[in-house]
Amino acid sequence: MVLEMKGIEKAFGNLSVLKDISLQVDSGEVVSIIGPSGSGKSTLLRCATFLERIDAGEIRYLGEPAVTTNGQGEAEYVGAAELRKMKQHFGLVFQQFNLFPHYSVLKNIMDAPIHVQKRPKEEVRAEAEELLKKMDLVKRAEAYPCQLSGGQQQRVAIARALAMKPSILFFDEPTSALDPELTGEVLKVIRQLAEEKMTMVVVTHEMPFARAVSNRVIFMDGGVIVEQGDPEQVFGAPEQERTKQFLRNYQQ
Amino acid sequence: MTIQTMLGLLAQGFLTTLAIFFLTLIGSLLLGLPVALGRMSRYGVVRGAIKVYISIMRGTPLMLQLMVVYFGPSLLLGLSLPANWRFAAVIVAFVINYAAYFGEIYRAGIEAISDGQREAAQVLGYTRGQTFFKIILPQMVKRVLPPVTNEVITLVKDTSLASVIGTVEMFTRAKQIAVAPNSPGMLTFVAAAVFYYVFNYVVAFVMERIEKAFDYYR
Repeated sequence: MVLEMKGIEKAFGNLSVLKDISLQVDSGEVVSIIGPSGSGKSTLLRCATFLERIDAGEIRYLGEPAVTTNGQGEAEYVGAAELRKMKQHFGLVFQQFNLFPHYSVLKNIMDAPIHVQKRPKEEVRAEAEELLKKMDLVKRAEAYPCQLSGGQQQRVAIARALAMKPSILFFDEPTSALDPELTGEVLKVIRQLAEEKMTMVVVTHEMPFARAVSNRVIFMDGGVIVEQGDPEQVFGAPEQERTKQFLRNYQQ
Repeated sequence: MTIQTMLGLLAQGFLTTLAIFFLTLIGSLLLGLPVALGRMSRYGVVRGAIKVYISIMRGTPLMLQLMVVYFGPSLLLGLSLPANWRFAAVIVAFVINYAAYFGEIYRAGIEAISDGQREAAQVLGYTRGQTFFKIILPQMVKRVLPPVTNEVITLVKDTSLASVIGTVEMFTRAKQIAVAPNSPGMLTFVAAAVFYYVFNYVVAFVMERIEKAFDYYR
Protein backbone atom coordinates (compact mmCIF):
# COMPACT_ATOMS: atom_id res chain seq x y z
CA MET A 1 0.00 0.00 0.00
CA VAL A 2 1.48 3.33 -1.07
CA LEU A 3 -0.87 5.66 0.75
CA GLU A 4 -3.10 4.99 3.68
CA MET A 5 -5.33 7.69 5.15
CA LYS A 6 -7.59 6.71 8.00
CA GLY A 7 -10.35 8.61 9.79
CA ILE A 8 -9.24 12.00 8.50
CA GLU A 9 -10.99 14.93 10.15
CA LYS A 10 -10.39 18.48 9.06
CA ALA A 11 -12.23 21.67 9.94
CA PHE A 12 -11.62 25.31 9.08
CA GLY A 13 -12.89 27.04 12.19
CA ASN A 14 -16.41 25.74 12.69
CA LEU A 15 -16.70 24.44 9.17
CA SER A 16 -16.05 20.72 9.00
CA VAL A 17 -14.52 19.99 5.57
CA LEU A 18 -13.46 16.37 5.89
CA LYS A 19 -15.49 13.97 8.01
CA ASP A 20 -13.93 10.65 8.86
CA ILE A 21 -12.43 10.10 5.41
CA SER A 22 -10.42 6.96 4.73
CA LEU A 23 -8.51 6.32 1.55
CA GLN A 24 -6.07 3.58 0.58
CA VAL A 25 -4.12 3.60 -2.64
CA ASP A 26 -2.22 0.55 -3.84
CA SER A 27 0.86 0.59 -5.98
CA GLY A 28 0.03 1.12 -9.65
CA GLU A 29 -3.51 2.22 -8.92
CA VAL A 30 -5.09 5.28 -10.53
CA VAL A 31 -7.80 6.81 -8.36
CA SER A 32 -10.00 9.67 -9.53
CA ILE A 33 -11.84 11.86 -7.09
CA ILE A 34 -14.88 13.66 -8.42
CA GLY A 35 -17.51 15.80 -6.75
CA PRO A 36 -18.98 19.29 -6.62
CA SER A 37 -17.01 22.37 -5.54
CA GLY A 38 -16.59 22.52 -1.80
CA SER A 39 -16.96 18.78 -1.40
CA GLY A 40 -13.52 18.57 0.22
CA LYS A 41 -11.66 16.77 -2.57
CA SER A 42 -8.92 19.39 -2.92
CA THR A 43 -8.61 19.68 0.83
CA LEU A 44 -8.11 15.91 0.99
CA LEU A 45 -5.12 16.21 -1.39
CA ARG A 46 -3.76 19.17 0.56
CA CYS A 47 -3.95 17.11 3.75
CA ALA A 48 -2.27 14.15 2.08
CA THR A 49 0.58 16.44 0.95
CA PHE A 50 0.89 18.15 4.37
CA LEU A 51 -0.14 21.56 3.02
CA GLU A 52 -2.98 21.43 5.54
CA ARG A 53 -2.75 19.88 8.99
CA ILE A 54 -5.43 17.37 9.80
CA ASP A 55 -7.27 17.54 13.13
CA ALA A 56 -7.54 13.81 13.63
CA GLY A 57 -6.71 10.63 11.76
CA GLU A 58 -3.70 8.76 10.42
CA ILE A 59 -1.58 9.11 7.32
CA ARG A 60 0.98 6.53 6.22
CA TYR A 61 3.23 6.37 3.19
CA LEU A 62 4.63 2.95 2.25
CA GLY A 63 3.65 1.79 5.72
CA GLU A 64 5.62 4.53 7.49
CA PRO A 65 3.44 6.70 9.74
CA ALA A 66 3.51 10.44 9.04
CA VAL A 67 0.56 11.30 11.24
CA THR A 68 -0.89 9.24 14.06
CA THR A 69 -3.67 9.89 16.54
CA ASN A 70 -2.76 10.25 20.18
CA GLY A 71 -4.75 9.24 23.25
CA GLN A 72 -6.84 12.42 23.18
CA GLY A 73 -7.90 11.69 19.60
CA GLU A 74 -5.74 14.48 18.16
CA ALA A 75 -3.51 14.16 15.13
CA GLU A 76 0.20 14.00 15.93
CA TYR A 77 2.73 14.67 13.18
CA VAL A 78 6.23 13.23 13.10
CA GLY A 79 9.10 15.73 13.50
CA ALA A 80 9.80 18.38 10.88
CA ALA A 81 12.90 16.63 9.49
CA GLU A 82 11.09 13.30 9.23
CA LEU A 83 8.09 14.95 7.63
CA ARG A 84 10.34 16.55 5.01
CA LYS A 85 11.81 13.13 4.26
CA MET A 86 8.28 11.78 3.94
CA LYS A 87 7.61 14.33 1.19
CA GLN A 88 10.00 12.40 -1.03
CA HIS A 89 7.29 9.77 -1.36
CA PHE A 90 4.84 11.98 -3.21
CA GLY A 91 4.54 14.71 -5.79
CA LEU A 92 1.76 17.22 -6.31
CA VAL A 93 0.65 18.89 -9.53
CA PHE A 94 -1.31 22.07 -8.88
CA GLN A 95 -4.24 23.54 -10.73
CA GLN A 96 -2.27 26.77 -11.21
CA PHE A 97 1.00 24.94 -12.12
CA ASN A 98 3.02 27.03 -9.64
CA LEU A 99 6.22 26.79 -11.63
CA PHE A 100 9.04 28.99 -10.39
CA PRO A 101 8.89 31.93 -12.84
CA HIS A 102 12.52 32.98 -12.36
CA TYR A 103 13.85 29.52 -13.25
CA SER A 104 14.15 28.09 -16.74
CA VAL A 105 12.18 24.95 -17.58
CA LEU A 106 15.26 22.81 -16.99
CA LYS A 107 16.10 24.46 -13.67
CA ASN A 108 12.50 24.09 -12.50
CA ILE A 109 12.88 20.35 -12.99
CA MET A 110 16.45 19.97 -11.73
CA ASP A 111 16.62 22.26 -8.72
CA ALA A 112 14.83 20.18 -6.10
CA PRO A 113 16.50 16.83 -6.97
CA ILE A 114 19.88 18.58 -6.69
CA HIS A 115 19.28 20.79 -3.66
CA VAL A 116 16.72 18.77 -1.71
CA GLN A 117 17.64 15.21 -2.57
CA LYS A 118 21.33 16.10 -2.99
CA ARG A 119 21.67 13.92 -6.05
CA PRO A 120 24.57 14.39 -8.49
CA LYS A 121 23.93 17.13 -11.01
CA GLU A 122 24.91 15.12 -14.09
CA GLU A 123 22.57 12.28 -13.21
CA VAL A 124 19.71 14.69 -12.55
CA ARG A 125 20.35 16.49 -15.84
CA ALA A 126 20.21 13.25 -17.80
CA GLU A 127 16.92 12.33 -16.16
CA ALA A 128 15.49 15.81 -16.66
CA GLU A 129 16.29 15.65 -20.36
CA GLU A 130 14.61 12.26 -20.52
CA LEU A 131 11.52 13.72 -18.84
CA LEU A 132 11.45 16.64 -21.26
CA LYS A 133 11.52 14.19 -24.13
CA LYS A 134 8.61 12.35 -22.61
CA MET A 135 6.69 15.62 -22.19
CA ASP A 136 7.55 16.65 -25.74
CA LEU A 137 9.30 19.79 -24.46
CA VAL A 138 12.93 19.21 -25.43
CA LYS A 139 13.04 22.43 -27.42
CA ARG A 140 11.76 24.49 -24.49
CA ALA A 141 14.40 23.44 -21.95
CA GLU A 142 15.89 26.93 -21.72
CA ALA A 143 12.57 28.79 -21.91
CA TYR A 144 11.00 30.52 -18.92
CA PRO A 145 7.49 29.62 -17.74
CA CYS A 146 6.02 32.93 -19.00
CA GLN A 147 7.04 31.96 -22.53
CA LEU A 148 5.03 28.73 -22.42
CA SER A 149 1.36 27.97 -22.99
CA GLY A 150 -0.68 26.75 -20.04
CA GLY A 151 -0.56 23.18 -21.32
CA GLN A 152 3.22 23.32 -21.66
CA GLN A 153 3.55 24.81 -18.18
CA GLN A 154 1.47 22.04 -16.71
CA ARG A 155 3.59 19.42 -18.46
CA VAL A 156 6.71 21.04 -16.99
CA ALA A 157 5.02 20.91 -13.57
CA ILE A 158 4.40 17.18 -14.07
CA ALA A 159 8.04 16.69 -15.08
CA ARG A 160 9.16 18.65 -12.03
CA ALA A 161 7.12 16.35 -9.78
CA LEU A 162 8.34 13.20 -11.55
CA ALA A 163 12.00 14.27 -11.28
CA MET A 164 11.75 13.62 -7.52
CA LYS A 165 10.91 9.97 -8.29
CA PRO A 166 7.80 9.90 -6.12
CA SER A 167 5.96 6.71 -5.25
CA ILE A 168 2.64 8.46 -5.77
CA LEU A 169 1.61 11.51 -7.75
CA PHE A 170 -1.32 13.75 -6.79
CA PHE A 171 -3.10 15.98 -9.29
CA ASP A 172 -5.31 18.80 -8.05
CA GLU A 173 -7.62 19.63 -10.96
CA PRO A 174 -4.68 19.66 -13.38
CA THR A 175 -6.68 20.94 -16.36
CA SER A 176 -9.11 23.35 -14.69
CA ALA A 177 -6.95 26.41 -15.41
CA LEU A 178 -6.45 25.47 -19.06
CA ASP A 179 -8.25 26.45 -22.23
CA PRO A 180 -10.34 23.52 -23.47
CA GLU A 181 -8.04 23.02 -26.45
CA LEU A 182 -5.03 22.60 -24.12
CA THR A 183 -6.51 20.09 -21.70
CA GLY A 184 -5.98 17.25 -24.16
CA GLU A 185 -2.20 17.44 -24.16
CA VAL A 186 -2.09 17.32 -20.36
CA LEU A 187 -4.61 14.48 -20.10
CA LYS A 188 -2.60 12.55 -22.67
CA VAL A 189 0.50 12.75 -20.47
CA ILE A 190 -1.44 11.57 -17.42
CA ARG A 191 -2.92 8.73 -19.44
CA GLN A 192 0.55 7.72 -20.54
CA LEU A 193 1.72 7.70 -16.91
CA ALA A 194 -1.26 5.49 -16.04
CA GLU A 195 -0.19 3.02 -18.71
CA GLU A 196 3.27 2.97 -17.12
CA LYS A 197 1.59 2.00 -13.82
CA MET A 198 2.42 5.23 -12.03
CA THR A 199 0.40 5.39 -8.82
CA MET A 200 -1.83 8.45 -9.04
CA VAL A 201 -4.70 10.23 -7.34
CA VAL A 202 -6.43 12.72 -9.61
CA VAL A 203 -8.98 15.28 -8.48
CA THR A 204 -10.77 16.18 -11.68
CA HIS A 205 -13.88 17.48 -13.39
CA GLU A 206 -13.02 15.65 -16.61
CA MET A 207 -15.55 12.83 -16.33
CA PRO A 208 -14.80 10.95 -19.57
CA PHE A 209 -11.12 11.05 -18.67
CA ALA A 210 -11.76 9.77 -15.14
CA ARG A 211 -13.89 6.99 -16.53
CA ALA A 212 -11.29 5.94 -19.10
CA VAL A 213 -8.13 6.13 -17.02
CA SER A 214 -9.00 5.23 -13.42
CA ASN A 215 -9.06 1.90 -11.70
CA ARG A 216 -11.30 3.42 -9.08
CA VAL A 217 -13.53 6.47 -8.87
CA ILE A 218 -14.44 8.20 -5.63
CA PHE A 219 -17.41 10.54 -5.46
CA MET A 220 -17.16 13.03 -2.61
CA ASP A 221 -19.77 15.45 -1.34
CA GLY A 222 -20.06 17.44 1.86
CA GLY A 223 -16.76 16.17 3.22
CA VAL A 224 -17.59 12.49 2.98
CA ILE A 225 -17.02 9.75 0.43
CA VAL A 226 -20.51 9.11 -0.87
CA GLU A 227 -19.67 6.33 -3.24
CA GLN A 228 -16.64 4.64 -4.71
CA GLY A 229 -15.84 1.78 -7.00
CA ASP A 230 -15.04 0.66 -10.48
CA PRO A 231 -15.47 3.59 -12.94
CA GLU A 232 -18.01 1.70 -15.03
CA GLN A 233 -20.09 1.09 -11.95
CA VAL A 234 -19.90 4.63 -10.53
CA PHE A 235 -20.53 6.32 -13.87
CA GLY A 236 -22.72 3.65 -15.44
CA ALA A 237 -24.85 2.48 -12.54
CA PRO A 238 -24.36 4.73 -9.49
CA GLU A 239 -26.09 3.45 -6.37
CA GLN A 240 -26.43 6.63 -4.35
CA GLU A 241 -29.08 9.20 -5.17
CA ARG A 242 -26.56 12.03 -4.60
CA THR A 243 -24.16 10.52 -7.14
CA LYS A 244 -26.90 10.11 -9.72
CA GLN A 245 -27.95 13.71 -9.21
CA PHE A 246 -24.38 15.00 -9.58
CA LEU A 247 -23.72 13.03 -12.75
CA ARG A 248 -27.07 14.06 -14.21
CA ASN A 249 -26.34 17.75 -13.57
CA TYR A 250 -22.95 17.25 -15.04
CA GLN A 251 -24.20 15.90 -18.30
CA GLN A 252 -26.60 18.77 -18.82
CA MET B 1 35.61 83.78 -5.82
CA THR B 2 35.75 82.28 -9.29
CA ILE B 3 33.20 79.85 -10.57
CA GLN B 4 35.92 77.19 -10.77
CA THR B 5 36.70 77.61 -7.08
CA MET B 6 33.02 77.43 -6.28
CA LEU B 7 32.58 74.26 -8.31
CA GLY B 8 35.68 72.73 -6.72
CA LEU B 9 34.31 73.38 -3.23
CA LEU B 10 30.91 71.98 -4.18
CA ALA B 11 32.55 68.90 -5.66
CA GLN B 12 34.36 68.40 -2.36
CA GLY B 13 31.06 68.55 -0.52
CA PHE B 14 29.59 66.21 -3.10
CA LEU B 15 32.08 63.51 -2.04
CA THR B 16 30.53 63.61 1.43
CA THR B 17 27.07 63.51 -0.14
CA LEU B 18 28.14 60.42 -2.09
CA ALA B 19 29.50 58.79 1.07
CA ILE B 20 26.23 59.40 2.94
CA PHE B 21 24.26 58.11 -0.05
CA PHE B 22 26.15 54.87 -0.58
CA LEU B 23 26.62 53.96 3.07
CA THR B 24 22.93 54.60 3.75
CA LEU B 25 21.87 52.66 0.68
CA ILE B 26 23.92 49.57 1.54
CA GLY B 27 22.99 49.67 5.22
CA SER B 28 19.28 50.29 4.79
CA LEU B 29 18.73 47.92 1.86
CA LEU B 30 20.21 45.14 4.01
CA LEU B 31 18.57 46.15 7.29
CA GLY B 32 15.22 46.37 5.49
CA LEU B 33 15.16 42.60 5.15
CA PRO B 34 15.13 41.73 8.88
CA VAL B 35 12.66 44.60 9.34
CA ALA B 36 10.30 43.05 6.77
CA LEU B 37 10.71 39.57 8.27
CA GLY B 38 10.21 40.90 11.80
CA ARG B 39 7.09 42.75 10.68
CA MET B 40 5.71 39.41 9.42
CA SER B 41 7.01 37.34 12.35
CA ARG B 42 4.72 34.76 13.89
CA TYR B 43 5.73 36.13 17.31
CA GLY B 44 3.43 38.97 18.30
CA VAL B 45 6.10 40.67 20.41
CA VAL B 46 8.51 40.94 17.48
CA ARG B 47 5.75 42.07 15.14
CA GLY B 48 4.60 44.70 17.61
CA ALA B 49 8.09 46.04 18.28
CA ILE B 50 8.84 46.40 14.56
CA LYS B 51 5.50 48.08 13.99
CA VAL B 52 6.27 50.68 16.66
CA TYR B 53 9.74 51.26 15.17
CA ILE B 54 8.33 51.74 11.65
CA SER B 55 5.61 54.00 12.95
CA ILE B 56 8.12 56.28 14.70
CA MET B 57 10.51 56.38 11.74
CA ARG B 58 7.74 57.30 9.33
CA GLY B 59 5.83 59.52 11.71
CA THR B 60 8.59 61.98 12.69
CA PRO B 61 10.85 64.16 10.54
CA LEU B 62 14.19 62.71 9.50
CA MET B 63 15.71 66.08 10.40
CA LEU B 64 14.56 65.62 13.98
CA GLN B 65 15.78 62.02 14.04
CA LEU B 66 19.23 63.26 12.97
CA MET B 67 19.29 65.63 15.94
CA VAL B 68 18.20 62.92 18.37
CA VAL B 69 20.84 60.47 17.17
CA TYR B 70 23.56 63.11 17.16
CA PHE B 71 22.80 64.85 20.45
CA GLY B 72 20.95 62.09 22.27
CA PRO B 73 23.91 60.06 23.52
CA SER B 74 25.58 63.03 25.19
CA LEU B 75 22.43 64.82 26.37
CA LEU B 76 20.55 61.78 27.62
CA LEU B 77 23.33 59.42 28.64
CA GLY B 78 26.15 61.87 29.31
CA LEU B 79 28.49 59.99 26.98
CA SER B 80 31.46 61.82 25.55
CA LEU B 81 31.64 61.01 21.89
CA PRO B 82 34.56 60.73 19.49
CA ALA B 83 35.29 63.50 17.01
CA ASN B 84 33.94 61.59 14.03
CA TRP B 85 30.61 60.91 15.76
CA ARG B 86 28.92 63.53 13.62
CA PHE B 87 29.34 61.52 10.43
CA ALA B 88 28.55 58.24 12.18
CA ALA B 89 25.35 59.77 13.58
CA VAL B 90 24.29 60.83 10.08
CA ILE B 91 24.75 57.29 8.76
CA VAL B 92 23.01 55.68 11.75
CA ALA B 93 20.02 58.02 11.50
CA PHE B 94 19.70 57.64 7.74
CA VAL B 95 20.06 53.85 7.82
CA ILE B 96 17.46 53.23 10.53
CA ASN B 97 15.08 55.69 8.86
CA TYR B 98 15.37 54.26 5.36
CA ALA B 99 15.35 50.65 6.58
CA ALA B 100 11.82 51.26 7.89
CA TYR B 101 10.63 52.32 4.45
CA PHE B 102 12.50 49.54 2.65
CA GLY B 103 11.16 47.02 5.17
CA GLU B 104 7.59 47.97 4.29
CA ILE B 105 8.35 47.83 0.57
CA TYR B 106 9.90 44.37 0.97
CA ARG B 107 6.93 43.18 2.98
CA ALA B 108 4.54 44.29 0.26
CA GLY B 109 6.75 42.52 -2.30
CA ILE B 110 6.80 39.28 -0.31
CA GLU B 111 3.08 39.32 0.38
CA ALA B 112 2.36 39.82 -3.33
CA ILE B 113 3.94 36.46 -4.17
CA SER B 114 1.23 33.82 -4.50
CA ASP B 115 0.92 31.16 -1.81
CA GLY B 116 1.29 28.62 -4.61
CA GLN B 117 5.00 29.41 -4.86
CA ARG B 118 5.53 28.64 -1.19
CA GLU B 119 3.35 25.54 -1.42
CA ALA B 120 5.16 24.20 -4.48
CA ALA B 121 8.49 24.62 -2.68
CA GLN B 122 7.09 23.03 0.47
CA VAL B 123 5.81 19.95 -1.38
CA LEU B 124 9.17 19.56 -3.15
CA GLY B 125 10.78 19.40 0.28
CA TYR B 126 12.66 22.71 0.32
CA THR B 127 13.52 23.90 3.83
CA ARG B 128 12.12 27.23 5.03
CA GLY B 129 15.50 28.84 4.39
CA GLN B 130 15.78 27.41 0.88
CA THR B 131 12.23 28.50 0.11
CA PHE B 132 12.96 32.05 1.19
CA PHE B 133 16.35 32.52 -0.44
CA LYS B 134 15.79 30.52 -3.64
CA ILE B 135 12.11 31.11 -4.39
CA ILE B 136 10.70 34.10 -2.50
CA LEU B 137 13.61 36.57 -2.30
CA PRO B 138 14.54 36.67 -6.02
CA GLN B 139 10.91 37.24 -7.00
CA MET B 140 10.51 39.85 -4.30
CA VAL B 141 13.52 41.81 -5.59
CA LYS B 142 11.99 42.08 -9.04
CA ARG B 143 8.68 43.30 -7.66
CA VAL B 144 10.10 45.95 -5.35
CA LEU B 145 12.43 47.63 -7.85
CA PRO B 146 10.03 50.44 -8.87
CA PRO B 147 9.16 51.54 -5.32
CA VAL B 148 12.81 51.12 -4.26
CA THR B 149 13.84 53.45 -7.11
CA ASN B 150 11.49 56.07 -5.68
CA GLU B 151 13.12 55.81 -2.27
CA VAL B 152 16.64 55.90 -3.68
CA ILE B 153 15.87 59.11 -5.57
CA THR B 154 14.41 60.63 -2.42
CA LEU B 155 17.55 59.60 -0.55
CA VAL B 156 19.77 61.55 -2.96
CA LYS B 157 17.88 64.72 -2.05
CA ASP B 158 17.50 63.82 1.65
CA THR B 159 21.29 63.73 2.09
CA SER B 160 21.03 67.53 2.30
CA LEU B 161 19.26 67.13 5.65
CA ALA B 162 22.61 66.14 7.18
CA SER B 163 23.26 69.86 7.06
CA VAL B 164 21.09 70.29 10.15
CA ILE B 165 23.78 68.83 12.43
CA GLY B 166 26.59 70.60 10.62
CA THR B 167 27.83 67.86 8.30
CA VAL B 168 29.64 69.56 5.48
CA GLU B 169 28.09 67.83 2.51
CA MET B 170 27.27 69.60 -0.72
CA PHE B 171 24.23 71.50 0.48
CA THR B 172 25.97 72.86 3.58
CA ARG B 173 28.88 73.83 1.38
CA ALA B 174 26.58 75.63 -1.06
CA LYS B 175 25.05 77.65 1.78
CA GLN B 176 28.51 78.61 3.02
CA ILE B 177 29.71 79.66 -0.41
CA ALA B 178 26.58 81.64 -1.22
CA VAL B 179 27.01 83.97 1.75
CA ALA B 180 30.79 84.35 1.40
CA PRO B 181 32.09 87.73 0.17
CA ASN B 182 32.47 87.96 -3.64
CA SER B 183 30.76 84.60 -4.12
CA PRO B 184 28.88 83.72 -7.31
CA GLY B 185 25.76 83.92 -5.10
CA MET B 186 22.66 82.41 -6.61
CA LEU B 187 24.73 80.59 -9.21
CA THR B 188 26.06 78.39 -6.38
CA PHE B 189 22.61 77.03 -5.69
CA VAL B 190 21.98 76.50 -9.38
CA ALA B 191 25.22 74.52 -9.58
CA ALA B 192 24.22 72.45 -6.52
CA ALA B 193 20.84 71.76 -8.11
CA VAL B 194 22.58 70.53 -11.26
CA PHE B 195 24.76 68.20 -9.17
CA TYR B 196 21.67 66.68 -7.51
CA TYR B 197 19.79 66.47 -10.77
CA VAL B 198 22.58 64.76 -12.70
CA PHE B 199 23.15 62.37 -9.81
CA ASN B 200 19.48 61.42 -9.81
CA TYR B 201 19.49 61.10 -13.55
CA VAL B 202 22.26 58.52 -13.22
CA VAL B 203 20.40 56.77 -10.39
CA ALA B 204 17.23 56.50 -12.49
CA PHE B 205 19.22 55.22 -15.45
CA VAL B 206 20.96 52.54 -13.39
CA MET B 207 17.70 51.43 -11.76
CA GLU B 208 16.04 51.17 -15.16
CA ARG B 209 18.89 48.97 -16.32
CA ILE B 210 18.48 46.73 -13.30
CA GLU B 211 14.74 46.48 -13.94
CA LYS B 212 15.45 45.50 -17.54
CA ALA B 213 17.84 42.81 -16.36
CA PHE B 214 14.87 41.20 -14.57
CA ASP B 215 12.68 41.33 -17.68
CA TYR B 216 13.41 37.75 -18.65
CA TYR B 217 10.60 36.46 -16.45
CA ARG B 218 7.22 37.54 -15.20
